[in-house]
Amino acid sequence: MTKEFALTVDRIKCDGRGLCAELLPEMIRLDEWGYPIIAAGPIPQHLIPLAQRAVEDCPVLALALRRTERSKGG
Amino acid sequence: MNSLLAGPPLTGPESLASHAGRLGPMPAVGPRFIDTLVQSRIAGRGGAGFPAGTKWQAVATHSRGDAVVLVNGAEGEPQSKKDRLLMSTRPHLVLDGAFIAARVLRARRVILYIGERHRAARAAMLQALAERNETERRLVSEHAAPARYVAGAESAAIHFISEGVATPTTMPPYPFERGVDGKPTLVQNVETLAQVALIARYGEPSGTSLVTIAGGVPRPGVLEVESTTTIADAVSLAGGASDQARAVLVGGYFGRWMEARDAWPLRLDQGSLRSHGLALGCGVIGVLPAGRCPVCETAGIMRYLAGESSAQCGPCFFGLRALADACTRIAEHGTNRDDLQRLDRWTEDVRGRGACRHPDGAVIFLQSALQTFGREFAGHRPHSAAEAA
Repeated sequence: MTKEFALTVDRIKCDGRGLCAELLPEMIRLDEWGYPIIAAGPIPQHLIPLAQRAVEDCPVLALALRRTERSKGG
Repeated sequence: MNSLLAGPPLTGPESLASHAGRLGPMPAVGPRFIDTLVQSRIAGRGGAGFPAGTKWQAVATHSRGDAVVLVNGAEGEPQSKKDRLLMSTRPHLVLDGAFIAARVLRARRVILYIGERHRAARAAMLQALAERNETERRLVSEHAAPARYVAGAESAAIHFISEGVATPTTMPPYPFERGVDGKPTLVQNVETLAQVALIARYGEPSGTSLVTIAGGVPRPGVLEVESTTTIADAVSLAGGASDQARAVLVGGYFGRWMEARDAWPLRLDQGSLRSHGLALGCGVIGVLPAGRCPVCETAGIMRYLAGESSAQCGPCFFGLRALADACTRIAEHGTNRDDLQRLDRWTEDVRGRGACRHPDGAVIFLQSALQTFGREFAGHRPHSAAEAA
């Protein structure tokens, strides 16, 4: 089993401040109204610290890291 | 006969005496009824089509004798009339289902959640409730559901009853974990509950569904159809002439447009429609007559759906508005490549990005319009005053 992380957005809390897309453009882009679109799939290991930073810095606490366990080679 | 609308004429609520005389008393089923429900494979008839048995299992697992049964008769879909008809004419069938759920799931409360504008339905349900015994009556409270499209969504119904605000909430927590006042809650559509009343008696559902035939037919309204009934059959029962239709909207505003000729042979059965990538949803079959402009029709429905966003999630509030505006620009001023491209891009961007499924339903509807009416969208010109008259 390897531990994987994914980003989730609480769509009701999210205000479209856009900080997350600045901190983690590799995973997050903004739509035409300024709301985040998260790339599908787990976060690559090397981006996890940046993802954590994005979660901590979200001004309305709408972004979260969720751990998903997945068996290798499934 | 094992059907939802069997019995006396559909002119008013059936009395308890007539109901019990026809079907016998409400059977005393226990926890094992959930297995029967799972085996029946019945799907919810509120719109999402979620398997009822799975829902009951989840609530039963979480219930500590404190569960809540929320009887969903909000029927916010503008064209749908079937839940209203059922509550107005066969209220005891719905109440039986609700009380069976309360017993099996060890619920302490049963909440009737009926659309505020559905006056006959509310009156019939309350009249029927007054005929029930005191033990049953004491479980029940009644709430008028606001006349908004999203008010019937599970989390919106719970939010309204707990806090007076009929807007969806972020899930999880799911209703079966934390619903009304934090208690495990079963939110079930009234037609599904009526099926429960039949399953408890006969061991299987009626095999029929209630559908509403709307739009370009001489006699629009509710029909109870067998799973073998095709859309063509249903439309002809509503007095319709199949050759004069341009397209059919299968499943209401969260459904999909189909070319009429492709729609006619489809059976009005959840499983059969699923195999065609469709859903029965709330059961609205909308017939678009050949004389009506599909682009203008689609733009009108998109404006409605944008206006019905609960304005909580940015992608839904701004995205649906932008999509409705683009459709309206095409409808009113003629087609243009920029707006067509925006429609393609934004439908992809908006999907899956709301707390509830409102934006998803709206973009699935719009994508099916763009597919089915691709020619009309690409070549649309504004209707002149003379044409419109």
